[in-house]
Amino acid sequence: MGMTFAEKILARRSGQDRVVPGQIVIVRPDHLLTHDNTAAIIGKIDADLARHGLVDPSLPVIVLDHVVPAANEKTAAGHKKVREFVRRFKLPHFYDAGVGICHQVVVEKGHALPGRILVGSDSHTCSYGAVGAFATGIDRTEAAALLLRGELWLRVPETIRITLRGELGRRVAAKDLVLKIIGDIGADGANYAAVEFHGDLAALDFDDRFTIANMGVEMGAKIAVFPVDAVTRGFLEGIGAGEERYEPVWADADARYAREIEVDLGALEPLVAVAHTVDNVKTVRETAGIEFDQFLIGTCTNGRLSDLEVAAEILDGRAVAPGARLLVLPASREVLDAALERGLVRRLVAAGAILLPPGCGPCLGAHMGVLAPGERCLSTANRNFKGRMGCKEAEIYLASAETVAASAAAGRLVDPRE
Amino acid sequence: MKVWKYGDDINTDMLFPGKYTYTCATAEEIRPHLLEDLDPRFAAEVQPGDLVVAGKNFGCGSSREQPVVGLKAAGVQAILAKSFARIFYRSAINQGLLLIEAPEAVEAYREGDAIELDATGGVIRVAGKPYSFPVLPADILAICEAGGLLEYTRAKLEARR
Repeated sequence: MGMTFAEKILARRSGQDRVVPGQIVIVRPDHLLTHDNTAAIIGKIDADLARHGLVDPSLPVIVLDHVVPAANEKTAAGHKKVREFVRRFKLPHFYDAGVGICHQVVVEKGHALPGRILVGSDSHTCSYGAVGAFATGIDRTEAAALLLRGELWLRVPETIRITLRGELGRRVAAKDLVLKIIGDIGADGANYAAVEFHGDLAALDFDDRFTIANMGVEMGAKIAVFPVDAVTRGFLEGIGAGEERYEPVWADADARYAREIEVDLGALEPLVAVAHTVDNVKTVRETAGIEFDQFLIGTCTNGRLSDLEVAAEILDGRAVAPGARLLVLPASREVLDAALERGLVRRLVAAGAILLPPGCGPCLGAHMGVLAPGERCLSTANRNFKGRMGCKEAEIYLASAETVAASAAAGRLVDPRE
Repeated sequence: MKVWKYGDDINTDMLFPGKYTYTCATAEEIRPHLLEDLDPRFAAEVQPGDLVVAGKNFGCGSSREQPVVGLKAAGVQAILAKSFARIFYRSAINQGLLLIEAPEAVEAYREGDAIELDATGGVIRVAGKPYSFPVLPADILAICEAGGLLEYTRAKLEARR
């Protein structure tokens, strides 16, 4: 009997011929992602680092992105501590404030490659499944232990196979697809499990796959992974990672799955996740008209060039509705640079958008774009939890960049196909 | 012993708001904000030995470990839930906080019911009726028994010297 992606990569990396779901394996990941929380992580092991050293300077990839530029003395001191740590151990993979959101940067800089294992002290580390890597979130304590020992235990997950059929309609986005899946199976529908995507994937570009893999954790998944195909190879070629640099892994045709799901892409329509849970999914049609105070296009879910492009196209010749505000955060400096080059920033700003630096800030209520009690925000982010944007008496709805842009011009939820 | 009862899908933003994640890291800094957006009474009233009982998917969302660090520091004996989100589950092991996945025990629990816990035997009694729950594999239990992952890691590193 064949193996799933997760079984195959975990067998290979733990030195075994085969492994089965439920088995515990020990692996040495290729990279450990940490961000602003690096300060707290190394704070736990200052004395241990002095005594035992760092296991491998090329293990950590550190990106300052959550509160950038620093919002106050405490976050500034945290960033300073991280920079000192980077200098002290001569870490080669450090990206300071302004380079971008960690998950975007890890992928753009070629740290996530097919067949690699990455862990990160951030739940959206599962994003790297978009390039065929095994990638999952861990906590700060585990990141600290990894810096010292370089290995961790993983339970081999059961796998859910999701087969996509057909093509998405005009202005129906990958975000709508992943919201549809989460709405159907629930916020714990893939808890502890690996999710593999199969079927008609050729029409999903790299940005689409990133959005989908990114939200794997919102269905509870340990990983959410795509096979390596022409789309992946084309993207990797574009960032200078030729095929000689990686060894793809994929499931066998006769692998065994815990559950199989099929989704008809052509039947999808624009969706929203209504406050306060990501699986509270409704169609835009049935919730149309609801008013919002703030709109946000950005985050590791939907802050890429294709998102800014479609937003600029929809907002051309229009303006953000009076009384509302639209925040735009490109996912990285590279995305911002490309958006500047193509004139997208000018078009968005002309429509009334507020451009924020590449980073995470508003998504988790950590920096800028905080909501007031009674306010409502329509965001392209991945979480709409109560209090998430800094105020527990505010509401967050999640949607695609298409839906957010069209709605920003109206001040209320509208179908971007109209 | 007080039992704090909550529902399904309690996420880590409700257990510890994201706006504090880069300003609060130590147990002392975390304690006053524990469960702030879920139950404003909790932080002030929780006592060592208390138990948290919840529905499915407890601890979903962000990988932040402050909820586990804070609940452990507050002396919470264990969390009984129908299921746990995976990062939270690992986090609890890393801090040596006992998680009990026993959906039937949660269904059976009614306010005021006595709960007795046999952690090593993998049995929890609700109003006298026993429910079994899975005990961690020995390799993983060793992390909890060492007092958490950092203590476990330090012991491994010292043994290697």
